[in-house]
Amino acid sequence: MAAVRTPREIFLNRVAIAAVMVVLLIMLVPIYWIGSTAFKPRNLATTIPPTVFFQPEVSPFVKLMTKRSQLRKPVEQEVYDAAPWWEKMVLDGGEKVVRTGKGKIRPSGYGQRFTNSLIVSIISTFLAVSMGTLTAYGFSRFKVKGEDDWLFFILSTRMLPPVVVAIPMYLMYRVVGLNDSHLGLIILYTAFNLSFSVWIMKGFIDEIPREYEEAALVDGYTRIQAFFKIVLPEAMTGIAATAVFCFITAWNEYAFALIMTNRRAQTAPPYIPSQVGSGLPDWTVIAAGTFLFLLPVAIFTFLLRNHLLRGMSFGAIRK
Amino acid sequence: MSDLTIRNLFIIPTIAFLIIFNIFPLLYSLGYSFTDFRASTNAPANFVGLQNYHYLLTDPFIWRNFTITAKYVIVSVTGQVIVGFGMAMLLNRDIPLKGLITTLLLLPMMLSMAVVGLFWKLLYDPSFGIINYGLGLGKFEWLADPDVALYAVALTDIWMWSPFVMLLSLAGLSAVPKHLYEAAEIDRAGSFYTFFRITLPLVAPIVMIAIIFRTMEAFKTFDLAYILSSQPTAELIAIRLYKMAFLEWQTGMSSAFAYIVLVMVVAITNIYVKYLNKVKER
Repeated sequence: MAAVRTPREIFLNRVAIAAVMVVLLIMLVPIYWIGSTAFKPRNLATTIPPTVFFQPEVSPFVKLMTKRSQLRKPVEQEVYDAAPWWEKMVLDGGEKVVRTGKGKIRPSGYGQRFTNSLIVSIISTFLAVSMGTLTAYGFSRFKVKGEDDWLFFILSTRMLPPVVVAIPMYLMYRVVGLNDSHLGLIILYTAFNLSFSVWIMKGFIDEIPREYEEAALVDGYTRIQAFFKIVLPEAMTGIAATAVFCFITAWNEYAFALIMTNRRAQTAPPYIPSQVGSGLPDWTVIAAGTFLFLLPVAIFTFLLRNHLLRGMSFGAIRK
Repeated sequence: MSDLTIRNLFIIPTIAFLIIFNIFPLLYSLGYSFTDFRASTNAPANFVGLQNYHYLLTDPFIWRNFTITAKYVIVSVTGQVIVGFGMAMLLNRDIPLKGLITTLLLLPMMLSMAVVGLFWKLLYDPSFGIINYGLGLGKFEWLADPDVALYAVALTDIWMWSPFVMLLSLAGLSAVPKHLYEAAEIDRAGSFYTFFRITLPLVAPIVMIAIIFRTMEAFKTFDLAYILSSQPTAELIAIRLYKMAFLEWQTGMSSAFAYIVLVMVVAITNIYVKYLNKVKER
């Protein structure tokens, strides 16, 4: 910290660096373990001592995507030789790929759940961010009676425990037939993210000098034109960051999805745990599903790194 | 269009949306909370007055859920503050690749609680989990032992959310004016004195925000505990509420329960927002 460096300070700094490395290692072990288990053959996933070095393979991903059944007896050599490379992996594991009567491979439920997650997260993010940006602009630039109370109201909807909201929503959705539908989840996630998006976008828009728009208004722009041509481009970084945050929240959401969906519109978070069941789960397949599911969030976290503080504190703390 | 029209056009849809999909359902369930309605049957709801509330507030089992939740909140938030603040203190110096390290440390809190929580089952496994192996604990039961399960869930929560406390603490630490430390050095103040008299008081408000926020979230915890443990000793309020509503189908009773929880959450939220505004003004 200080410019003058005494030997004691240099020593302390080295100790701190070593400590940081140890902490980093401990914090990342669970994530590393997910990633490495996803590429292990099944018999190496649950060994004692744990297997750290191994020949990575993609069989967990093949198994993740297909429906399989246990082989009663080993398959004949010709069948094995005729099988494509990825099917051999399944056969090597003592299982066979389930096919329909016409010989088409039956997929597992994972792909569908992953797609559902994508649909629900993307649409609800789009809705929450567009509505949130407009509302944030309204609160930022115009006088609103009881502004603080409205903003508190908006934030408080975010703080409600999901199960508390889910009880009446479940009953209402049952009446209008929105249970287990994409639209039902999209509405819930939009409502959930909307409050966040208003709060955080207000912070971003507050930072754009009003003079920009005022100058445009003097030049003959209408308010709407000024909003679209001046404010929106200036707020683009903020909008992008907000969108990524909303996407991650919707992507990770579990409780609503568990309660409101069971098949057709089910997203990945309730699906992945339901595959563990009882007995001995194949952890490599679970790891593969988890790995694919976490990948987008991990990438987004890096893209978002400069906005994390702001997002996590609802825009209260800026750097 | 006049500014007034634009303002209304921009704000009213959001408010309306939130009222329709958050407030209206709550009013709907307020009505049910005074009945013995069960969503699993077609029997009509009978009005039972305050009976549900009376039952819940005097039921010793529900109070046990509250005690478990309180224990959970205290253990996990304390753990997060100690670990998170500790990490922030370590990172608040000249460390090579600081940006990358910070981002990597923040990763756990961005991931899905349910999905990553599930994987901790493998890490905690008594016979082949890497935690027992790494710590040399033999066949220690983390999730199946009723006395340990709640703390195991809290430990996973600490792993996930310490980065959050770290993130906020780092912001607080980096905002402490350097000249205060320089002055302390000139005065030959000890490092304990510097920490307790300069660092801590200046960082406290922002850490307080982290504490209240995490308290609120820990109080509502559902995903992690539901997935990791089925022990009754780890049954948090949100889990009891879920079971009452969607497994036992006591819709009326659970609506009343939800309202009791709601009042508590609104109370904590109020404190949180007051504090947030106070810090914002500085």
